[in-house]
Amino acid sequence: MLRTIQLGEHTLVQDTFIRSLSDGRSKNGADNAHLSGRPVKAMAMPQAPLSTLCRSLSTAHLRPGFLAMTAAISLAFGSAQPVAAQHTVEILNVSYDPTREFYRDYNELFNEWWAAQGNAPVNIQQSHGGAGAQARAVIDGLEATVVTLALSADMDTISERTGLFPADWQSRLPHNSSPYTSTIVFLVRDGNPKGIEDWDDLIADGVQVITPNPKTSGGARWNFLAAWAYAEQNGLDPTEFVGTMYRNVPVLDTGARGSTTTFTQRGIGDVLLAWENEAFLALAELGEDSFDIVVPSVSILAEPPVTFVDGNITSDTQRAAAEAYLEYLYSAPAQALALKHYYRAWDTSEAAPEDIARFPEVNLVSIADFGGWPVVQPEYFGEGGIFDQIYEE
Amino acid sequence: MRAGILRSPSPLPGFGLSFGIMMAVMSIVVLLPIGALVGRGLMIGPTDLWDMVNSRRIWSALTLSFRAALIASLFNLVFGLLLAWVLVRYRFWGRKFIDAAVDLPFALPTAVAGIALTALYAPNGTFGQVLSPLGIQVAYTEIGIWMALIFIGLPFVVRTVQPVIEELDREVEEVSATLGAGRAYTLRRVILPTLTPALLTGFALALARSVGEYGSVIFIAGNIPNMTEIAPLLIVIRLEEYNYDAAAAIGIAMLLISFAMLLAINTIQIWTRRRIGLV
Repeated sequence: MLRTIQLGEHTLVQDTFIRSLSDGRSKNGADNAHLSGRPVKAMAMPQAPLSTLCRSLSTAHLRPGFLAMTAAISLAFGSAQPVAAQHTVEILNVSYDPTREFYRDYNELFNEWWAAQGNAPVNIQQSHGGAGAQARAVIDGLEATVVTLALSADMDTISERTGLFPADWQSRLPHNSSPYTSTIVFLVRDGNPKGIEDWDDLIADGVQVITPNPKTSGGARWNFLAAWAYAEQNGLDPTEFVGTMYRNVPVLDTGARGSTTTFTQRGIGDVLLAWENEAFLALAELGEDSFDIVVPSVSILAEPPVTFVDGNITSDTQRAAAEAYLEYLYSAPAQALALKHYYRAWDTSEAAPEDIARFPEVNLVSIADFGGWPVVQPEYFGEGGIFDQIYEE
Repeated sequence: MRAGILRSPSPLPGFGLSFGIMMAVMSIVVLLPIGALVGRGLMIGPTDLWDMVNSRRIWSALTLSFRAALIASLFNLVFGLLLAWVLVRYRFWGRKFIDAAVDLPFALPTAVAGIALTALYAPNGTFGQVLSPLGIQVAYTEIGIWMALIFIGLPFVVRTVQPVIEELDREVEEVSATLGAGRAYTLRRVILPTLTPALLTGFALALARSVGEYGSVIFIAGNIPNMTEIAPLLIVIRLEEYNYDAAAAIGIAMLLISFAMLLAINTIQIWTRRRIGLV
């Protein structure tokens, strides 16, 4: 699907991004292209007739198809003028599924602030997908400037396999490099017809649970561990408990967004195990009278981390922009924005009161209680691990 | 190979050039990727390969993939033939439109097909609402996988059989009738034998395409291990685990089974040719 967004001075055509070439050109998926909008003020861009066209187009209301066409032409033209493109600072943010809406707004916020500091606006591109697939894309050569994934395990794998950033990346930014956190809650149908209040209601006969496959989805691993933590805290056999829960799963989607669609659009299942932000988003988008959020007695503190990819940064300006891009995530306005997008952020000083009030108190266990991702990943989700054993019986 | 064998018997020159280009393209497009897969398999070794695929989950995924592909292709074989027959033999309003629509599954991104079918057949979808009170669930069951594979495989049978039906001599059918054969007898002994090679080719193409289909199926299958998890999804899962060897092992298993099936179809083709003579 083609999605256009306006970023400060820039118009972007956003879609499955393949890679950014070193001369500033970008290579996108087959049915979409990248439009590098109006020329940046601070630099001299040749006044080709096409860039005038782009400028006039960027403000108009356009049908996406037409925009895609002009974008494709401008891309073809762009390759003919690499000199102009070299001055643009490009950031490619490789992220996971449910952050689309947050980063769309954050990129705008960042660019406004960055320009106010006297810098040339940064051309920020987004790539979203299942966390595992995104990590693999970076390993296979997707030239990410910053990665903002669902799990530190995926980040560790990138660091381990490519050496693009140091192994101690998590200490480079505050709060374990997690500018916002989230947790796992239940989304149930309006009025909670099955009376689902806590994890033990999920293993009852006739309850259908919707959750993605932990093999392919980062969010699903948090779901799995939250259920595990509940069983442990209540003196139940965790393997059996989680096994019974997964036998109540009728559809195992490959990503968190897929599961949300299955539950909300296709009407399958009684309860969706969801990221808290995803659950709030579903409520906001689909109406409060369709679904209810149920907060279980125990859940897990999910810390989606961020870091910059040293090995893919080509210039000092790009490095400065990438570092500022991540550091600004911790600023009061950005934290307020994260809260607005239903993430549990750290700094509430500038947030609207209703954005803070909506988060209930939850007894949260953290990944450290499980021994950290390097232990958890192979033991629970590796080949032949605990998750595989559920389906091998 | 001796140069003498390669020399073209045709009066037109250019065998060397065209053969060279053909081999280069074939190598880049087909032989190298498959060679890489087989090469990876050889590096792993047959015993390890066997260990990697010999689990209940992988066997049930492989059986599901091939069973669903077989069912969908058999369906396409029958209804593809019927569709091609109607398109060639009858003139009716909208024929050109239907003829063009047959190719749509080729053109549509398979993910779009999968999502559209899921939306229609989910219990709250247009068809699903009618079917679910009857106790029939299509989306997120094996039947859903059949639907997706029928969709993507249909054009293969239609497009291979259609030209052969066009070439059929109607006089032969008339002769058969004047000699006293009934309609069913004419169909069975005159028409079907002529169409068999094309039908088998279309069937083989549809089958080969369906076995490896991923994009549309993952949306409509429930992806539950041992039940609705197709083999290509298992390959993706192995890749997510960075376990490239295990992914290659499943890929090789699929390659071998596909090869055996296509070989069997070709054998049937040779056998029917021998039985009914060259047509």
